[in-house]
Parts: sequence; structure tokens; C-alpha cells
Amino acid sequence: MNPHLTLNLGSDVHQLLAYQFMVNALQAAGIVAVTAAVVGWFMVLRGETFAGHTLSVMSFPGAAAAALAGVPLAWGYFAFCGGGALIIAGSTRRGDRSGAGRRGPGQQAAVVGMVGAGALALGYLLLSLYGGVLESLESLLFGSILGVTRGQVLTLAIVGACALAFLVFAGRPLLFASVDGSLAAAGRVPVRALSVAYLFVLGLSVAATAQITGVLLVFALLLGPAAIARELTPRIGLGLGLSIALGLAIAWVGLGLSYFTGYPAGFFVTSIAMALFAGARLARGLRDRASRSTPPGRGIRDRRRLPGRAASR
Amino acid sequence: MPLQGFLGNALLAGSCIAVASGLIGYFVVLRAQVFAGDALSHVAFTGALAAAAAGLDLRVGLFAATVAVALLLGVLSPPARPSTLRARLDDVSTGMVFVWVLGLGVLFLHLFNSGGSGSNGTLAARTLFGSIFSLTTGQAWLAAAIGVAIAVGLLAIGRPLLLASVDPPLAVAGGVPVRALGFAFLALLGLDAAEATQAVGALLLLGLLAAPAGAAHRLTASPYRGLALSALIALGATWVGLALSYWIGALPPGSAVTLVAVGFYALTILT
Repeated sequence: MNPHLTLNLGSDVHQLLAYQFMVNALQAAGIVAVTAAVVGWFMVLRGETFAGHTLSVMSFPGAAAAALAGVPLAWGYFAFCGGGALIIAGSTRRGDRSGAGRRGPGQQAAVVGMVGAGALALGYLLLSLYGGVLESLESLLFGSILGVTRGQVLTLAIVGACALAFLVFAGRPLLFASVDGSLAAAGRVPVRALSVAYLFVLGLSVAATAQITGVLLVFALLLGPAAIARELTPRIGLGLGLSIALGLAIAWVGLGLSYFTGYPAGFFVTSIAMALFAGARLARGLRDRASRSTPPGRGIRDRRRLPGRAASR
Repeated sequence: MPLQGFLGNALLAGSCIAVASGLIGYFVVLRAQVFAGDALSHVAFTGALAAAAAGLDLRVGLFAATVAVALLLGVLSPPARPSTLRARLDDVSTGMVFVWVLGLGVLFLHLFNSGGSGSNGTLAARTLFGSIFSLTTGQAWLAAAIGVAIAVGLLAIGRPLLLASVDPPLAVAGGVPVRALGFAFLALLGLDAAEATQAVGALLLLGLLAAPAGAAHRLTASPYRGLALSALIALGATWVGLALSYWIGALPPGSAVTLVAVGFYALTILT
């Protein structure tokens, strides 16, 4: 049976679920999308986009090292991303402590970028030692929906549950520390420990996401839904919910389109995310222009809003 | 070791690319645009694959894509805050643009692989990780010329750009066109990204861009000494990397150059 898209949604879903590999892929993508949407929402809030990207890149040497050592690839993903998170946390902490004057944000970003470039170089070296299977290079970098096994789905579910449990447990203080670090520190919130722990969780969720989307397209699920949600609403609960819904929609629609058309899933997932983001930003621009004519003080009424957007204007 | 043939070509192109990247990188770190540099390096991949899928010379796609996206990032960045006039590129927009462009790259890769004569992942690997040892003499001279042009262009706008990067309000007061300079710099960054892709590949470009400049920023606070040092470190890393890769067969040149540059930066942290 060759899959083809019809106007009948029921028959489309029936076709989608006809093969076990597709069921696995959809389940894995769903788990990963929810985890990445929540973790990514905090990433955007904390301004750690670049760190998130660098962590996603860490999974490339991770996979190559695991292949070379002959252990399951997932081990390599999680070990290298977790380790990379700790390296980044350590290097930025050092930067914070030893003088804010001479070393600006550029220097810290340079460290983060270098960790990423070094990781990729190492990964390519490891791959070259392994014997360079280039077909697997492509699916490593850009993802493949064909190879998802039941065991992998289970692993992803466990990791995703752990990441979400951490955010449920530490979400409120983390939010506080992200929005106003000095006030949180004054209120005895362990800002430093939270920041390291968050980076570690980010690393683990990135490692999980990378196994489905490929190393280079993690951002489609990690950054996309969160960025769109942040454009649409400054509210916390609504933003998180929206981010999850958008993540699931982007992942499943992207996979479905890829299944029916035969073109790579990464292309659809990133394009849907980009189209929604551009639309949301356009809508916000129009709304801002409309609200500029109304008197100021509008944002004060709603207590559960995040500062930042209002303050920066 | 023979300086003729492929190694000579690699040294010629690599040296010019390294100097250009070292100089550009100094400003990239100064202006906190490392993430944009990273994004542009990924864009280079899509540009090359788009050209390949369309049957054009890879370099046409490389340069067109990186310069266009560099300017797009400049347009998307929010307007400068009046207090500092410092235009920051928006990380979220940058991330969204580059992941989308990479998604397009995957599509072009798919089209190229299914349409072409069964060439497997070699092209992708070459674009992503560089293949400086396979440059022909003509390509090497062209790469060298473009590298020199980038370096000269940057030095021509160097003084006002430095002022505009360090103290925008003062620059505006002095009649320096800060915004135009920002765009000119992004265009140069785009050119350099396309240029360096030929040497170390799209993914490893950041090693040449950020590591020498980061080390130079740590070693000296003087801008002119820093610029010179950054270019020198990049040059040294390229030479050592190429030599190592020449002698050790399993070590790809792009990886070698990047690892040497990053290793040098790690040394400056330890000292």
C-alpha cells in the first residue's frame, strides 16, 4: 500500500499508523516534543539559546564515540550532552567570577561556541577513525524516522519524565532565578546550583531530541515552539501549554507530511516552525502598533506576566 | 615536505582564510555575534547544497546564501536600545532562521541525492567538514584572493567599526554611520563564512572564527595588538593543523585545524 494524502482525516491517520516503525516514530517524536517544548521554554526565558545549540552539537561526537566503542548510541548521546552541559556551566561560571569588566558577553559566547566547534571536530575525527560510514553521518546529523525501536521509545520516555519531573519540582525557583537572579539570590534561592542543574537537564533533553531530529535540527523542536509561544503570550502557564501544543503539532504534522510525500521530515518540521514563528512575530508587531495608541500602564494589570518585553521598550 | 601540489594549494588558501577569519573573528567576539557566526556557517551548508542541486558551482551558492542571510539577520535584529544604541542580534530569531535554513539544506540534499548520479553522502561531508586538500590551484588562488579582499575590507572600516562596537553613542556623536557599519560587517562575516567553509567546512568554521579571537581577547586588551594576535593565532593553528593532518592520515584537516585552535584557547585559560 502506497500512502497518499486524502481529504479524509480518519483515513490519513489510519494510513499513518499502518506500520510499526511509524507508530514508534510518532510516539518518540511526541515524547521528545513535549520535553523539548517545556525545557526550551525555559531556555528562551533564560537566554541560553546558544548554549542549547552547542549542547545539541555535543551529541555528534557522543554518537561517534559510542559507535567507535561499540556501545548503544544513546549512551554516547546522553554522556556527551550531559558532560558538555557541565563544561559550559563550569566555563561560564569562571567567566562570571573573574571580572565582569574586561570579559563581556562576547567572550562567554566565544567559549560556548568553541566547545561546540571542538566537539564537532572531535566527532568528525572519531567518525573518521571508525571508518567513515557516510550514510549514517547524514541520518546522524539530520535525523531518520526509520530506525526508532521500542527500546529507544522507552528510554526517551524515561529521560523525558525525569526532565519534566525536575522542572515540576524546581520550576518555581528556577523561574524566579531566571527572571531576577539577584533578587532570587537575596531570597536564598540557590541560583548557581539551579543554573547548573538546568543546563544538565537541557543537555539530557537535547540528547533525547537529537536522537529523533538529528544533531543539527534539534532547534526545530527545542527553540521553535517556545519562541512561537513567547511571541504569542507573556503569561507563564498559557505560554508553557501553548509551547507543548505547538511542539506536538509541529512534530506530528512534520512527520506525517514526510511520510506521505517522501521528502525529509527535517525540512517539514523546520519549515512549519519557521512559518508559525514568522506569523506570530508579524502578529505581535501589528498588535504592538495597535496598542501603542492606547495609554501606557496596560501591562501592570496582569500580575502573572514576565518582565523583559515590557521593560525593554 | 613538498610545497607543490595539493599541500601547497592548501597552505596558500588556508593561510589567507585563516588571516581573514582571525581578523573578522576579533570583531565577532567584540560585538558578541558568535552565535550569528555559527548560524552563518550552517547557512553555508544549505547554500552549497542548493547550488549542487541546481547544478551550479558550489561557491556561487555558498557566497550568495551566507551574505543574504547575514543581511537578513541584521534586518531581523530588534532596533538598538536608546540608552546604549547597541544593536544586539536577537538569539531567538537567529536560531529560528538557521534551523529553517538547515531544514532547507536537508531538502536540497535529498533532491540532490535522489536526482543526481547516486553520489552518496560525500558532498554533504565535504561541505560540512571541509576538504582543503582537494582544492585545485585555481581554486586556491581564488580563495586566497577573496581572503585578502576580506582582510583589506575589514581593515578599511576597522577604525570606525571599532568605535561603533565599543561605544556606539560616542560613535554616533562623532558622525560614524553605526547601522551601516553593522551591515557592512555582517556582509563581511557572510563572505568569510563562505570562504572558510572551503577550508574547514561549515560546521568547524567556528573554531577559526571564535577560538583565535577569544584567545587574543584574553591575552591583550589593546585592540590593534589583539587583531594582529588573533590573525597570527589563526594562521598558526591552520599551519599546525594542516601539518598534523598531512602526517597523520586518519586526522581530517578541518578537525585538525579546529582542534589546534580550540586547544590553544584552552592553554590561555590554564595560564
